[in-house]
Amino acid sequence: MFSFVLRKLATVIPTFIGITLVAFALIRMIPGDPIEVMVGERRLDPEMHAAAMKRLGLDQPLHVQYLTYLSKLTEGDLGMSLVTREPVTKEFLTLFPATVELAICALIFAVLLGLPAGMIAGLKRGSVFDHGVMGVAMTGYSMPIFWWGLILIMFFSVQLGITPVSGRIAIEYDIPVRTGFLLIDSWYSGEEGAFKSALMHLILPTVVLGTIPLAVIARMTRSSMLEVLREDYIRTARAKGLAPVRVVVIHALRNALIPVVTVIGLQTGTLLAGAVLTETIFSWPGIGKWLVDSISRRDYPVVQAGILVSATIFIVVNLIVDILYGVINPRIRSAK
Amino acid sequence: MSLLKIKNLRVEFGSKAHPFPAVDGLDFEIERGELVGIVGESGSGKSVTMMALMGLIDAPGRVTADELVFDGHDLLKLSASQRRKIVGKDISMIFQDALTSLNPAYTVGFQIKESLKVHMGLRGSALDKRALELLELVEIPDAKSRLNAYPHQLSGGMNQRVMIAVAIACNPKLLIADEPTTALDVTIQAQIMDLLERLQKEHNMGLIMITHDLAVVAEMAKRICVMYAGQVVEEAPVAQLFRTPHHPYTQALLDAIPEHNKGAKRLSALAGIVPGHYDRPKGCLLSPRCRYVQDRCRIERPQLLGEAGRVRCFFPLNAEGSSHV
Repeated sequence: MFSFVLRKLATVIPTFIGITLVAFALIRMIPGDPIEVMVGERRLDPEMHAAAMKRLGLDQPLHVQYLTYLSKLTEGDLGMSLVTREPVTKEFLTLFPATVELAICALIFAVLLGLPAGMIAGLKRGSVFDHGVMGVAMTGYSMPIFWWGLILIMFFSVQLGITPVSGRIAIEYDIPVRTGFLLIDSWYSGEEGAFKSALMHLILPTVVLGTIPLAVIARMTRSSMLEVLREDYIRTARAKGLAPVRVVVIHALRNALIPVVTVIGLQTGTLLAGAVLTETIFSWPGIGKWLVDSISRRDYPVVQAGILVSATIFIVVNLIVDILYGVINPRIRSAK
Repeated sequence: MSLLKIKNLRVEFGSKAHPFPAVDGLDFEIERGELVGIVGESGSGKSVTMMALMGLIDAPGRVTADELVFDGHDLLKLSASQRRKIVGKDISMIFQDALTSLNPAYTVGFQIKESLKVHMGLRGSALDKRALELLELVEIPDAKSRLNAYPHQLSGGMNQRVMIAVAIACNPKLLIADEPTTALDVTIQAQIMDLLERLQKEHNMGLIMITHDLAVVAEMAKRICVMYAGQVVEEAPVAQLFRTPHHPYTQALLDAIPEHNKGAKRLSALAGIVPGHYDRPKGCLLSPRCRYVQDRCRIERPQLLGEAGRVRCFFPLNAEGSSHV
């Protein structure tokens, strides 16, 4: 098992180097540079432009810039934002927990609903429940996130007034930062109503961000369950005289989960991408919104860091999935 | 009293208006400690019969019978949970492809112990001891370390031994082996057969050996049932069946065995396939393929008749192997 983990880790390194290169190159392919964007419509004297570029180190040849970037990266330095002149790491650390909190809640929402729904739909194939779940899943999957978010806001926030419209917590609460996760921080702050406020603020963004993963997980679980239930070993389990619950939970579910776990890992990509839209709709102060703003400002270090971090999260989550996969599926563990 | 008595078993699939009988009025009996072979080509209803006995036929399949009595229990009257106390304990089954019949996500030990836990209530060291004992009983070398192996780490023959260990874990009174050696090569096939025969004798189990290869059961079984299109067409003691088959289908099966036809240039084959849902004949089910077919065969369906050996044919073959007509 240990060597399995090591082998998986070794495959990550080249991927990681590739990402730095792509992140570095992509943002520089966009026409314009940070100085031009800052100046805007006004014309800037070419000499001042060159001086500003030199000050930011952007006059160097690209490969030199890249190597400087890499060497700083190995020291853990993500650079300074060209716009705010704050270290990227610092900005990032204040925003990141908001995104993670939302993503985790959305994933929990998707798994908690999607797995059982898919399982039952698979077990009761052709039933009303099955058709209902698959219909809802298909709708959820094809719905544009921003539209879905707005509809929910209109209904639950505006019409019914149950949930707040935007932000992470009501403005009257001043919660000291411990973990950055407001649910946890507000719980420990002891302020009355703070936790509830944070929770209510989370509900709609969670539902919006979790809808697509929910649909994917439900569909995948269903088809995987159907496939597994046809396997010979399920017949064997039933021939052993095991109770139907045991046949499903012990014998079918574990095998049915193998592809589902992979899909859940891949959904982190959807979550990170979806976070950009969801955060914009709900004014959620996370890295999705920050990243989009930085692209339009040509804030090279921020964009590079943002892409790098998003990709790293994706890699790490899928690495965990790969390892989990080995735990669930003994046939993978010994594969060289 | 016989260990298992099946009378007029029907297993139907498809809609109620147009049912397809996979098993059509099957009668079968087996005594304690008896070894019976059931033979027939693919689609003749051998496996479906046994699945019905095990209670493994799901809707929309329908199982009906005049009698389905095992060891004094009327299986059709038992509730699902009562039936599960018998299935897997007193009746157990092994299947064709052992690798796919074992759960890939669990160790061999887990899968053997599962039956022991559920049916015998064994726990702790008694459980470990019995599991090890079972692996040794089915002649798996280095049994102790094999308990922690996964099915994909073992060979086909080893996996079939594990399946047998699972099946005999609770000392069943009846073991059903559904083509246990079809997926194995010939040498392993012989070993598995020897093992099954030995276990059957030692534990005085009833053993139903399902196969599409007459040669496989020829040496072991005392009695053979030949099935065709969901019906028993002939049932006789082995020697009698091989010497003087009375049903044209049995004769055709024997003609297809190389060992039985030494000197023949070509083995004869029975043209056509088992009738399906849409081409099921009105009369005798073999009539479209039978080389001795008469007009009566096409209109009326024959019954399974006889004493020492029973045959479902209007014009049974005589000792010379030709029809009376």
